Order: sequence, then structure tokens, then C-alpha cells
Amino acid sequence: MKEYDVIIVGGGITGAGTARDCAMRGLKTLIIERFDFTAGATGRNHGLLHSGARYAVTDQESAEECIRENMILRKIARHCVEETDGMFITLPEDDLGFQSTFIDSCLKAGIRAEAIDPKEAIRLEPSVNKTLIGAVRVPDGAVDPFRLTIANVYDARLHGAEVLTYHEVTSILKEGDAVVGVEVVDHHTKEKKSIRSRLVINAGGIWGHHIASLAGATVNMFPAKGALLIFGHRVNNMVINRCRKPADADILVPGDTICLIGTTSSRLPYDQIDDMKVTPDEVDILLREGAKLAPELAQTRILRAYAGVRPLVAADNDPSGRSISRGIVCLDHETRDGIPGFITITGGKLMTYRLMAEWATDLACRKLGVDKKCQTAEICLPGSEESEKKSEKTVRTGLGAKAAQGRHGTRSVNITRNDKRDESLVCECEGVSVAEVNYAIEELNAKNIINLRRRTRLGMGTCQGELCACRAAGLLAKSNGCARRSIEDLASFMNERWKGMFPVAWGDTLAEAQFTSWIYEGVCGLDAFEQKEG
Amino acid sequence: MKFDTIIIGGGLCGLTAGIELSRKGQKCLIVSSGQSALHFFSGSFELCSSAEDPFQAMESLGKGHPYSKIGLENVRSLSSKVKPFFKEVGISMKGIKDANHWRITPLGVLKRAWLTMDEYATVPPEGRMPWKKVALLNVDGFLDFHTSYIAAGLAEQGVETVIKSISMPELDHLRNNPTEMRSTNISKALTGDAIGVLAARINEHAKDVDAVFMPAVVGLTGCSDVVRLKEKVDRPLNFIATLPPSVPGIRMQLMLKRHFQKLGGTYMLGDSVTGGEFKDGKLVSIKTQNHGDVNFCADNFILATGSFFSKGLSSDIDGVTEPVFGLDVDSIEERSQWYKRNMFEAQPYMNIGIATDNDFKVSRNGVTIDNLYAAGAVLGGFNALKEGSGAGVSILSALHVSSLILKD
Repeated sequence: MKEYDVIIVGGGITGAGTARDCAMRGLKTLIIERFDFTAGATGRNHGLLHSGARYAVTDQESAEECIRENMILRKIARHCVEETDGMFITLPEDDLGFQSTFIDSCLKAGIRAEAIDPKEAIRLEPSVNKTLIGAVRVPDGAVDPFRLTIANVYDARLHGAEVLTYHEVTSILKEGDAVVGVEVVDHHTKEKKSIRSRLVINAGGIWGHHIASLAGATVNMFPAKGALLIFGHRVNNMVINRCRKPADADILVPGDTICLIGTTSSRLPYDQIDDMKVTPDEVDILLREGAKLAPELAQTRILRAYAGVRPLVAADNDPSGRSISRGIVCLDHETRDGIPGFITITGGKLMTYRLMAEWATDLACRKLGVDKKCQTAEICLPGSEESEKKSEKTVRTGLGAKAAQGRHGTRSVNITRNDKRDESLVCECEGVSVAEVNYAIEELNAKNIINLRRRTRLGMGTCQGELCACRAAGLLAKSNGCARRSIEDLASFMNERWKGMFPVAWGDTLAEAQFTSWIYEGVCGLDAFEQKEG
Repeated sequence: MKFDTIIIGGGLCGLTAGIELSRKGQKCLIVSSGQSALHFFSGSFELCSSAEDPFQAMESLGKGHPYSKIGLENVRSLSSKVKPFFKEVGISMKGIKDANHWRITPLGVLKRAWLTMDEYATVPPEGRMPWKKVALLNVDGFLDFHTSYIAAGLAEQGVETVIKSISMPELDHLRNNPTEMRSTNISKALTGDAIGVLAARINEHAKDVDAVFMPAVVGLTGCSDVVRLKEKVDRPLNFIATLPPSVPGIRMQLMLKRHFQKLGGTYMLGDSVTGGEFKDGKLVSIKTQNHGDVNFCADNFILATGSFFSKGLSSDIDGVTEPVFGLDVDSIEERSQWYKRNMFEAQPYMNIGIATDNDFKVSRNGVTIDNLYAAGAVLGGFNALKEGSGAGVSILSALHVSSLILKD
């Protein structure tokens, strides 16, 4: 039986980063994800390239980590990052005295923070609330967590790592106390199999609580739910924060064609982490507070609402889940619990994923007796390399090609076309062509429409996948040869989309939802393919 | 300007009322914003689809349902007029009066239908497939029609399929722009001499099959291209609906509009009503966007503006309103009660609509407006999707309201 050096459980940004690091250090690596990459908290956050300013007052250590990683990501993940800068604004109802504490703490953590005149703030960011009485400019930015994760996985594969998506770990194989591999079930074929490895790294985020328990260890996770709203166009170009102690709905982040407001924070029972609902109250808070940052939000169409779970390691009984440290937790279960061969990497956040991966891989290398240095802070991710080698392939032009270059960076040259047919747009809102969809299916492990959405932004625009979902399903059917499966996939995609829409379904969003039902259920009869839950 | 009846909304419902009233000698005006649910037409009218016999299916409907307000006996007699009504417009529909047949959807499943445009594929009520082997054709590169879905559906019913795609020089220019290969653009290219070329291509692929199926992408402005194509193709030719826009739906709206105009009706396209003047419980006149200060007066008015996606109803975070006159709405107070979490369950918001009395007269601030009727999808108390009653409610409420107006 094939044996790996390391199996990484979890296809979020932490697992993807760890897989890349392990593979770059020459370990024989397998990454296992129960659904799709970025399906958990990684795909359900602001996409904020934190400067660390938000943590500066309450948590210097996190703030310092943040700004360091911020600068690294700007370099190694250029194609995933938008250098927008951000501002922390003080409104009349806030204490302007907090501003100087804030600036001092930022500077102490190494974060460039500069007080600017409110008039200058309005000039820089015309959408900002014009009643502001103070503003501080910081190096916040936007990062696309989907692109970032896929680039890490892609690079891990280029370095020899193997990938299993839609495989869920059902048990941890042990010999005596030692972990020697995992048992997985393939969600598509329902087949079970055992895979052996010298080490298992638990990078399951909030779900890591369960993975640890399978190995016989206890890692108490603190599930804190954060709800966000996505707006139908890009209202702001800079990140806008409130200059006060962190609270609900005080960050507005631009990203591609849209912007996001978040988050709320509420305690969530562990058994509900797979079934999160955004309540009308949360929507009301997000809208009310969001409009204070940028009043235009009150008149802007909301595309969808969603919620993620912060994977924090429970340390105290803080009911808000906010004063808890975002600090990285890397557990060696051999020394902690007497379980050799098992490591948990958790805590942390999107911004510090690379550092988390470095810690976990350092520990793994020590255990395996491998003496290789971490290089992930220096070597650029695929798509972000300096483009010294010009492509020899057909140079694509047009709308789809331009959009794809933004999404895949220098790697967009690998998106090839055979003829004009491949330039045809599948998703008109986001400029996704047939060629790009086929590239995602063939090169980026896209097996269904939700995967395609995460790889290409297909269906993320104003119409939220109205017609492109069906077009994409057709292309998937062509590639996997199974019409029925692809229609069932379409049904579950549309139903998932609805779950994001109904909490904010009024105005244009309600009209769009009714139109969707009219097309898919009325004209097409998609309801016949509904997949019963559970 | 003075009319007998002014109809707000130029979709299936508004045009049906306009034609019916004009036929009986009324002077009518239709104000239409342009878009209509016909642009997303399946090719079939549904009357009530929850059972094979639509009239039996209707018996379980609640008393606030538009059919119940019309009266089931009345529904029965009005429904017998529908086929001849469309025949007169120039649109041939097939179907039996009191038995639903089946249509083939773009995903290859069978769905009940009451009347279907002649050119579409249908399966008789008992569900037995009339074909053993069919050719399933698509236009090369057209992404809004998937032969593999339809083939899979037909295979489940025991029908063998041969899948082919058709390329023609006449369609090549559509490939130059990545967003051009859509149904309406294809239909603009597939006209005139291209019909002969298309027929020849089809015949190459249709040698030993019982029938030919292709996407409904022919005949945007009239029936003649469809008729010519059917004549030139050796085997029976059947259309299957595409994703929107629906070419036959747009054609149907155009033909209804032309017929209305031929009967003397006035159709104001791309215009919208900005408000009205009410006096003594009656609507006296309306004004429109494009005609500024002109007062359009009439004895009666019909509101046929459609549901949310046609903008006949509008909603915000606080509730649902009727945007033209601020009429009373039968709504659901709590926003959280508008929805079910599963998209495929009956969504309560679908039942929201204009409040009317049993004669479809609307009210404003609780006061009935004696000469303003609502008809079609703007009405509440029914779920067109779940019942399969959308076209039925539009057409029959239009005919019923017209008869009430004529009786006055």
C-alpha cells in the first residue's frame, strides 16, 4: 500500500497552505477535503487583507503577525491581492480620543497609520459617510480567498502533492497510540478506503474539533458565527472600518465587482456549524451599521447573505468571541496527549495562513527528521510569478481573456482556445468564457458548479448565476458524460444560491428569485431533480 | 385622450383583454413597458396541472383563488374559447380541452401542459412516447440548449436519440462576439434563404429517425419561417424550449400586439404609467412617462402589470406595494414568513398580490375603485408555479374581466 509522509485533513486556506509548504519541502503529501476547497470558513469571510490595525489596540501579537503576512502576500500572491488601502473612520457618535491610542498601537506593531483630514478622506473615498470627524489611513487591502487557496493547492500539486476532494475522513487509523493514516469515504461513489501516512495534520478549521476527537484528542473549538452581506456593485474602493473597539458590521471591503459588509458575532452550538442561517435581525444590523460607513449601501442591491464560523480555540468564557486571541495554535498531540503522528494547526486567520502552515510544516519536518527550510514567504504562488517568460501559446483577446487574466494571473496563458467557440461567454456578469470553464474543470479540480464558482467567479455577479449556472452544467455534463448528475448538481446549486438570497430577498433580489423559479422550475422542471437533504 | 378601456401591461394578460374588448367594439389603449413573461415562455399554456384533468385539479383550490372568483363553471366555458381565440390571432395551439398532455422541458423531463404551440414536441396524456428514435439537433456553440439533458430524459422513456450539431456559414458571424450566440440572434440569422440551408443540414442527420427535435430558435417575428422549415424537412420537426429569451414567446407577443392593433387598438410601447386621478371611487385618467401632461381618460381600466419580476409588485425591506397607484396588497406581514428555506417548496411570497373583490375590482386605502380591475399575475391568492396555472389565470382572468366590463 502506498504510504504518504503526511496527510493534511481540510481544504481551507490553512490546509492548502500547509500542503504547499510540505510539498515544497519534499514531503510526500496528500490533502483531503470532504467537500470542495474553500467550502468552510475560508470562503465565508470578508476577503480582507488585514493590515492588523483592527487588532492593534487589543492584541499586539496578532497585529504584528498580520502586517508581516500582509506584506508577504502582496509579494507572493499578487494576483490574489488588491492594494486598495483602508481607512478607519470616526463618526460623530464615536470617541475621537480613541484615534490617538489606535495610531500609537498601530505604529508600535509596525503598521503604517496616518491620521488624515476628513476632507481628504472624502476625496480619497467618495462613498464614505460625509459626517465623519476623523480618519486614519492604513495598509488594508482585499484578498480573494478562493484564488489564494486554489493557487496554493495548484502549487502543491506542481510540487508533487496529491489531492482528494469530496472525500471525508471517517476515522483515524491508529497502531497502538500512534496515528498511521486515515479512513475516508468517497462522497460520490460511497466507497471507503484506508490511506496510510507517517503523519496526519488536522487543518479542519472549526471541523478540526471533530477530526481531533476521531484521533482521541480533545481540542475545544469556540464556534462564533459571523454574518455578512454582499452588495451588487463596488460602492467603495478603499476598505472602510470604524475607528473604535471591534463591533458588529464595522468593516466594508471592496472585492472585484462587489463589496461586502460584516460581520456580526454570535455564539453558535457546535451541532449547527454545518447549517447556518442568517436571521432577519442580523440582516437589519448589518444594513444599519453598514450604511453608517457608506450611506449609499442603504440604496444598493444586496446580492446575498451568508455566514462563516470563526475557528477559534476556546480559551475563556467570552460570550462575544471577540476578545479571544486570533493567535495561532499548533498542537503536537504526541507531547500534549501521547498520540504520536498527529498534529493540529488551528486558531489564526486567513491573513496568517502561511505562517500557520509554516509552523505546522516545521513541526512535521522535525518529526520526520527532514531538514529543509520554509520558502513560502519568498517563492511566489503560481499566477504571481514575475512574468519573465512570455507565452508561446495563442494569445487570447477579448472580454473573457482580460477577466481571466485578473483571476489567474500569469497562469491565464494556460487557458487555451481551440477556436472562437471557446471564447463564448458562459457568465456574462463576470466575463467567464467556455475556455476558462474548461481550464477550471481540467486543471483546477472543478467537479461541479459550486467548484466552478469558486475557481472562476462564475455566477458571483449581479444575476447570481441566473443563466450561466445552466450553461456551466452543460459543459460539466460534456466533461463528465453524465447528464443526470449534472442536472442534480444544478438543482443543488440553485438551492444553495437561494439560501444566500432569501434572507435579503426584497426589491430586485426578490424579483430575480421569482424569475429564477419561473425559469428553472416552471420552464425547465428542475424541481424533479431536487436532492433531498441528509 | 379618451378610450373605453385602458389596459396597463402589454403581456399575455393585457393583450388578451385588449383583443377581446376590441373585438367587441371597444376603443382600447395598452400601455406596455416592453418586457413580458412571454419572453420566458415554455411554449405551453398551463391551466391547472396537478392532475390529468385540469378541471378536476381546480376543485381543491381555495376561495381566494382567481379561478374561484371567476367561478369554476365560468372557467370551464371561458377555457373553451382559448384555442379559437389564438387561432384567430394566427397562433395554432394543440391540446385537448379537459385533459393535460405533456411537454418536454429543456432538461428533458415531462411536464403537464394544457395547450401547446403546434411546432413544439408533446406527448399524449397517457404518457406513451410517440417515437422510437429521434434526431436531436443543436446549433453548434449554442450554450442555452443541452442535447445531452434531453437525450437522457428521452432514454429514460425508452426513446433512442442521435445527437448532432449543426454548423452553417450564416451563423458564423455570431461567433465573433462572445455574447452573440443567444436564441434571438440565432433566429435573426435563420431566416430567408438560410431556412433552405438549415433544412438541408437537418435532412442530412434525419435519415432513419421518426422525428427531429431542435431548439426553438426559428421565427422571431412570425410563423412563416417555421412553416417553411417544417415543409422542407423530410421528417416531422418538433421544437423544444431553450433557456430564455424564448423566440416563440416573443413572436407570440408580437402577433398578439399586431392583432390588437389590427382591431383598432392603440399600443404604447416602452411607456409606463406615472399615476392617476381618482374621483368618487373611480379612476378618471392616467398620465404616462412619455406623454407628460396628457390625460388618458377611460370608462374602465385594467391593471395587468404582472408579478414581482415584471414590476407589477414591488417590495422593500418593509413590505410589498403596488407601484403604479399604491393599491391595497394582500401581503404577508412578517418578512421572515415570505420564504421557505428550500427553493423547491411552495414559496409563500408567490401568493402575494393585489387585493380584489370577487369581481376583480381593486381597492385603495380600503376603498374599492369601481372601474379599475386587476388581472393576471398581479393577482394574489395563487401559486402559478406549483399549481401550473400561470397562463390560465392570465388568459381567463383577462377574458372574465373583459366580459364584466362589456356587461356594464
